[in-house]
Amino acid sequence: MDDLRRADHDSAAEADADADVSSVDPAILAGIVAKGPQPVLRYLFFLIVVRPVMLVIMGMNVRGQERLAERGPMLVVANHNSHLDTFALMTLFPMNELHRVRPVAAADYFLRTRWFAWFSIRVLGIIPIDRDVRRGRGHPLDPISEQLNQGAIVLLFPEGTRGEPEQREPFQRGIAHLARRHPDVPIVPVFMYGLGKALPRGEGLLVPFFIDAYVGERLQWTGNKDTMMERLDTEFQRLADGARVPETF
Amino acid sequence: MSLAAMIPADPEGWFAHLTMEVRAVLLAVFLLLALSSIVSIGLVWSRPQHDYRELRSRVRTWWVIAGLVAGAMLLSPLAAIWFFAFVSFLALKEYLSLIPSRRADRRVLFWAYVSIPIQYGWISGQWYGMFIVFVPIYLFMWLPTRMVMIGEMPGFLRAVGTLQWGVMGTVFFLSHAAFLLVMPVGEHPRVAPVWPSTHTAISAGPGLLLLLLILTQCNEVGQFLVGKSIGQRKIAPAVCPTTTWAGFVGGLLITVLISAALGPWMTMLDLERSLIAGLVVAIAGLFGNLNVSALERDLGVKEAGSMLPGHGGVLDRIDSLIFTAPVFFHFVWYCYG
Repeated sequence: MDDLRRADHDSAAEADADADVSSVDPAILAGIVAKGPQPVLRYLFFLIVVRPVMLVIMGMNVRGQERLAERGPMLVVANHNSHLDTFALMTLFPMNELHRVRPVAAADYFLRTRWFAWFSIRVLGIIPIDRDVRRGRGHPLDPISEQLNQGAIVLLFPEGTRGEPEQREPFQRGIAHLARRHPDVPIVPVFMYGLGKALPRGEGLLVPFFIDAYVGERLQWTGNKDTMMERLDTEFQRLADGARVPETF
Repeated sequence: MSLAAMIPADPEGWFAHLTMEVRAVLLAVFLLLALSSIVSIGLVWSRPQHDYRELRSRVRTWWVIAGLVAGAMLLSPLAAIWFFAFVSFLALKEYLSLIPSRRADRRVLFWAYVSIPIQYGWISGQWYGMFIVFVPIYLFMWLPTRMVMIGEMPGFLRAVGTLQWGVMGTVFFLSHAAFLLVMPVGEHPRVAPVWPSTHTAISAGPGLLLLLLILTQCNEVGQFLVGKSIGQRKIAPAVCPTTTWAGFVGGLLITVLISAALGPWMTMLDLERSLIAGLVVAIAGLFGNLNVSALERDLGVKEAGSMLPGHGGVLDRIDSLIFTAPVFFHFVWYCYG
């Protein structure tokens, strides 16, 4: 269980968020979480705001998109450099699949104010999880399992934090737990490059760059957490090595 | 002459800013595209053992490109200008995504993007003076100064050089194509314009732009086809193995011939000026093609992007145009401006 515990805090703002989370009335928060995503709002937000930004302002070069063609349940894991990563991943799926696509996000950060919680849950459609298990009631992976059982396409950033721009952090082992719980659900690794330049952590100014997304081979539960993590890591390294990443000097 | 004055007060309904010749050429382009579609579908049918997916996607993408260009031109000169601004944006984005860069320069790159609406703003306002000096003088002073203000010195020269090379091509050079749309003919031009019709005299821009686009494209196709069939000696074997001297000469002849046929009929260019225009477009087109190829070689990529299926990236598509646009523009400007 403790492998789910966050290695470090994203930023000072996020560290403060731990305190903030209690400032939202738990009853109201529970109400928002229980309602879940608002399908129409969500559809319109992605159609009018997210897609134009990701496809026109940014632009995506996707390799291996056909590996995402099947329906859920599916677990998509990606490296994490920017707030836009989630939007980039969600843009990989057609609009008529949008209702199935659910990003996993840290409750302490995304539910830290009432308005932000409403937006994260109702419009973005996140599955909130507790990064700090001490606070959690029940197993922190339960909400994800529930969605996978309903055939959702779950997006997960196993690095757990956005980290330094365009640098990979070691994967947290929560992903292996999930694989064991759902041995039949395929895990699709996606390596992305570009968003760490376009909107890195701590920056508010979006600078357009093309995003490269490399969709890897599907993986399945290997029967052992260590080998699972190893396979995932190997496949990710293969994708990252095959990606063309411009030199930074 | 203001932009509004270029459009007659509706003697011919919609598209009045386009002369009959321009409309005819646009129609001909689409007929040609339809023909290519029929041929490529026929090939897929008659030779199922061959893989024509590349050809099919290439033709399909051509429909999109021609549709967008023609659509913008039909809408209004202003719409066409801002269409080119969008192409500049896509090309610059592609370039900046490919080149090595410094993390510290994010905000400098942002200014490079900001230069696009400013540059095309001068064109919309027909301010030739600012159009011609804004990028090479003001922007090229501001970009390095902004870098200095950030204070990251290692790699400064390299960062400035690569950024400015890209802005020069994708923004400044390309914007010349858009300025053709609003280029006024001077009161005492060096060469007397020969107007094929009074309508052309009122609305000369779209004809000039269309001539540039067609010559640039025909030159590319001509160079490729001739070079493929009879070419042996390569012009720059290290950069582009498909460009041969025979291809260049063949493409040049084709371009000059087409220019001689279309120029006097569609624009104020007389036969001599049309021949020269074809010549400069053929030479500049080759240079543009080789330069973008060299860039891709240096960066270790085959194509600059994957936005245009069957063509590669936007830079791959407009590589010749980046060079032909300013050369063609300044030739016409020298004669008639």
